[in-house]
Amino acid sequence: MSKKRPASEYQKTFAFRFFRWLSGTKDPYLNEVEMHPQEEYHVDPEAALRHEKEHDAILDKVYDPERNMEMKLFRKLYHATSILFCLFLIALLLVTISYLPATGTIERPVNNEVAGRYIEKGLEETGAVNIVAGMILDYRAFDTLGESHVLFVATITVLILLRLNKTEKNEAEVNDRRFEPKNDTILQLSATFLVPVIIIFGIYIILNGHLGPGGGFSGGAVIGAGLVLYLNAFGFQKTERFFTEKTYKWICFFSLSFYCLAKSYSFYTGANQLHSVIPKGTPGAILSSGLILPLNIAVGLVVACTIYAFYAMFRKGGF
Amino acid sequence: MTAFQIILMGLLIICAVSVSFSKNLLNAILIYMSFSLVMSMLWICLESPDLAITEAAVGAGITSVLFFVTLKKIHAIEAAEPEEKEESKDE
Repeated sequence: MSKKRPASEYQKTFAFRFFRWLSGTKDPYLNEVEMHPQEEYHVDPEAALRHEKEHDAILDKVYDPERNMEMKLFRKLYHATSILFCLFLIALLLVTISYLPATGTIERPVNNEVAGRYIEKGLEETGAVNIVAGMILDYRAFDTLGESHVLFVATITVLILLRLNKTEKNEAEVNDRRFEPKNDTILQLSATFLVPVIIIFGIYIILNGHLGPGGGFSGGAVIGAGLVLYLNAFGFQKTERFFTEKTYKWICFFSLSFYCLAKSYSFYTGANQLHSVIPKGTPGAILSSGLILPLNIAVGLVVACTIYAFYAMFRKGGF
Repeated sequence: MTAFQIILMGLLIICAVSVSFSKNLLNAILIYMSFSLVMSMLWICLESPDLAITEAAVGAGITSVLFFVTLKKIHAIEAAEPEEKEESKDE
């Protein structure tokens, strides 16, 4: 709008019309075309019923295999083709399998020096009594790092898909409260006894990962299951005292970054033939085997939090 | 392979087939849970107890809890409210 010219003069210029056209404020049909107010559409109930009946009858005739020969033929052909396709797929897979090397032969790619080295030198090189833990958290720690990140990415994806805005969240919470088993005595009593045992068992599995069966992932899953049971019994108000979205974010961030930094250090020293300052300890002691115990704790924290977060988000779209 | 393992294998196949043929979604989830439990027993027979722990916690516990929550959200469970609490203590 020009300030130099008055409004009545400005409205006659090309610039005014151009900008009006650009912003779309002008209705091109107003005062140009003769317009009547629209009449309300009345449905004749009899005609509508007749129309519906006709529609149903046509559908019945079309989808009746007795009358429609083309469809009968198509259905037969469809069944025959699906069976043939399944047979073809089975044959193809079986033929492919027959090209694989036979089980138990010495020239199988599995029987190379890597497995032998893991078994012979595993205890000496990683310090872990549990060879599996030594393998997944020392020799192949890069894989486990990827797995932890996959879990984290999966949670973020679920968060994006199921996240709700504020008003929807309140509604979902009200709905959840209504369907939630409120103050179920049997469930609460059994949870009081079971949850500490389950969580302590999970902690034991994590801390004992380098000495016996178990490790970060299984222990974390057990702790997550205990948390889910606790949540089921006592509701969101109790768990929100110690576990919120913020806690989840910080725990995941610190665990994953600690994992990254710790493994970067060992990869760096390993690749450059440097001596690592992390002590191996005596095999069999709880504080032994170098980085495996802290890495197990980090993985367990991520897995437990992720499982709890999944459950909370499935329940009410956030926590 | 002992007779016990063969029986477990048979149970595994029965569970796998009956999941796909069960019309009731709730039954399907329960059968799926039992599949996981049988599988975790088999892992112990194959001398990998760490996998057995994970299978029991994740397969029988958490996955089926998530399935139950989803079924409840889409109102597929009508007269079967108490199911949800019973299975989370399985592990």
